[in-house]
Amino acid sequence: MDKIILIGNPNVGKSVIFARLTGIQVVTSNYAGTTVEYRKGYMVSGGEKLEVIDLPGTYSLEPTSKAEEVTCSFLKDTFQEEKKCFVVNIIDATNLERNLHLTLDLISRGYPVVVVLNMCDDLVHRGIAIDAKKMEELLGVPVISACAVTGLGIKLLKDRFKDASAGQVVLRSHDELWQAVGAIVTQVQSLTHRHHTLREMLEDLSIRPFSGMLIGLGVVYATFKAVRFIGEGLITYLFDPIFNNLYTPVLQKLSGFLVPGTFVHHVLIGELFEGRIDFKSSVGLLTTAPYVEFSMVLPYIISFYLVLGFLEDTGYLPRFAILLDGLMHKIGLHGFAIIPILLGFGCNVPGILATRALESKRERFISSTLISIAVPCAALQAMVIKLLGPSGFKSLLVVFVALFSSWVVIGYILNKILKGYSPELVLEIPSYRWPPVNILFSKLWFRVKEFILDAFPFVILGVLFVNLLQYMQVFRVVSDTFEPLMKTVLGLPKEAIFPIVMGFLRKDIAAGLLIPLDMTVKQLIIASVVLSMSFPCIATFIIFLKELGVKYLLAATAIMLFATMVVGGALNIIL
Amino acid sequence: MINKDEKNLIPLTKLKRGTKARVVEMPEGKQLYFKLSSLGLRPGVSLVKLSAFALRGPVTVKCGSTTIALGHGMAEKVYVEPFGVNKI
Repeated sequence: MDKIILIGNPNVGKSVIFARLTGIQVVTSNYAGTTVEYRKGYMVSGGEKLEVIDLPGTYSLEPTSKAEEVTCSFLKDTFQEEKKCFVVNIIDATNLERNLHLTLDLISRGYPVVVVLNMCDDLVHRGIAIDAKKMEELLGVPVISACAVTGLGIKLLKDRFKDASAGQVVLRSHDELWQAVGAIVTQVQSLTHRHHTLREMLEDLSIRPFSGMLIGLGVVYATFKAVRFIGEGLITYLFDPIFNNLYTPVLQKLSGFLVPGTFVHHVLIGELFEGRIDFKSSVGLLTTAPYVEFSMVLPYIISFYLVLGFLEDTGYLPRFAILLDGLMHKIGLHGFAIIPILLGFGCNVPGILATRALESKRERFISSTLISIAVPCAALQAMVIKLLGPSGFKSLLVVFVALFSSWVVIGYILNKILKGYSPELVLEIPSYRWPPVNILFSKLWFRVKEFILDAFPFVILGVLFVNLLQYMQVFRVVSDTFEPLMKTVLGLPKEAIFPIVMGFLRKDIAAGLLIPLDMTVKQLIIASVVLSMSFPCIATFIIFLKELGVKYLLAATAIMLFATMVVGGALNIIL
Repeated sequence: MINKDEKNLIPLTKLKRGTKARVVEMPEGKQLYFKLSSLGLRPGVSLVKLSAFALRGPVTVKCGSTTIALGHGMAEKVYVEPFGVNKI
């Protein structure tokens, strides 16, 4: 099958074009490094099926990070296999000079290239005019003007990519390439002067120390407020009414039909409390499992990813990264590492994957360890808020302060004891863009779907596991064994061992199982912290292993167990 | 090696905010050179310093149509020759 390879600088819209060509939805945003692995899809053109590959963005064909390495080695390997391939080089038309460096490098190396001049819609306000015809002449390859977000130029790309043909290899040095780029740019691009726009003023203000910090604090505050507001709104006005008014009557009928006390009733519905189903405590496959996932967690997943998606698409996040750069160096990372960490607040798995955009293994280890220990995912946070919400804001604050302090302390210690140093930040700051609504919502839908597909099997499994244990009444034996550890060190009731172990399957359902234990506020705080810090869920564990290897996973696990006991024990003494 | 005192060269960290300058010397290291130059920061180009952050925070510059943030340690190793003030 013929292949089309999409390549270009970071943040030029490769993934949006990929989605347009293949119809496959992928996560896109407005900063460098959103795509960290290659993705395959298919498209049909002229009755022929073609494979389309989206690669992580790269500034040059000499890789400087793991994500860039993926691109460079993929390109080399594919062409060595002598399959029929076309390279679609996507460039940001508003930033021609820098983008053309990669283009010329690709052409000089003899790859069959088609150039897509993306973001053409943004040229007019910036006073830039580009003569695409002239550019086609000078480069000797097809040049297509496009705007991927609206779909402009995609059809033309589908028609013309076959005009690309492999050229002669002309080896040029880095500086020779720059000279050639300069010559082309002066011939095809003309600039007209225009006044500073409001957008540019905001861009400037957000990268100055004082105004930048004020904007940063405002954004963080607004983010928390918005996530809370949207999440609570969805629960109160959508999910709770659905469960209480539509689902409960059906279940009550089913419960009567199955006869309470039978095995099937126990598995599907669980225990009844005063003859009624209690979604939080019944622990049945049709009661607690869907309730915790859909009515408690899903609303927060939706609101978190909606707000995060908005922030990603505006281009604010790299500005936030430079604001924190100085502080992040104290824990062995540079400012950009805040982005994987923010993603970790949604789900640790994409957070750890996103550390690929960092330069060294040392940084990847520190950031991945910090994510898996001290960054609670949105699902877990939703449950912690449910657990502690009734006891007031203060107890919630204790949990987050405890997690944040361990984040700082563990990072600081790792930075001190690990060999090496933290590399310096080099980051391109994108222009602000107003997030396109269609992309915002298709990205949200993509992430929510992933969440449901990934989470639900584990939730069912976890609830089934506890349900069967309850049925066989083996709880006591096991909980008695762990009693000394739970009671003396952590001050928790012995039954809490089950939810905490369950946390390995899924954190949210584990937290749900803490609800019926009737614990004091102090115990709830400790349990929430221990649950957040101890073993990350199995999905995070697997991704950590895949990304960093067994040695690093064992090291992280040791740190994790030690830190959990220290922090849990300390809270037991202090509170 | 260019004599830094003679030609009025200063590190990027010492350049005043809003000043235009020409890049003369870049930090060593092939990979780093590739990375910076592919972002458009290379000897001979002119840039405007946009801001600098306290506590050894990063420096931001505008270079062509690209805005770049550089860590403090790296900005110390980029030597530039100032040539005028550009009001922003």
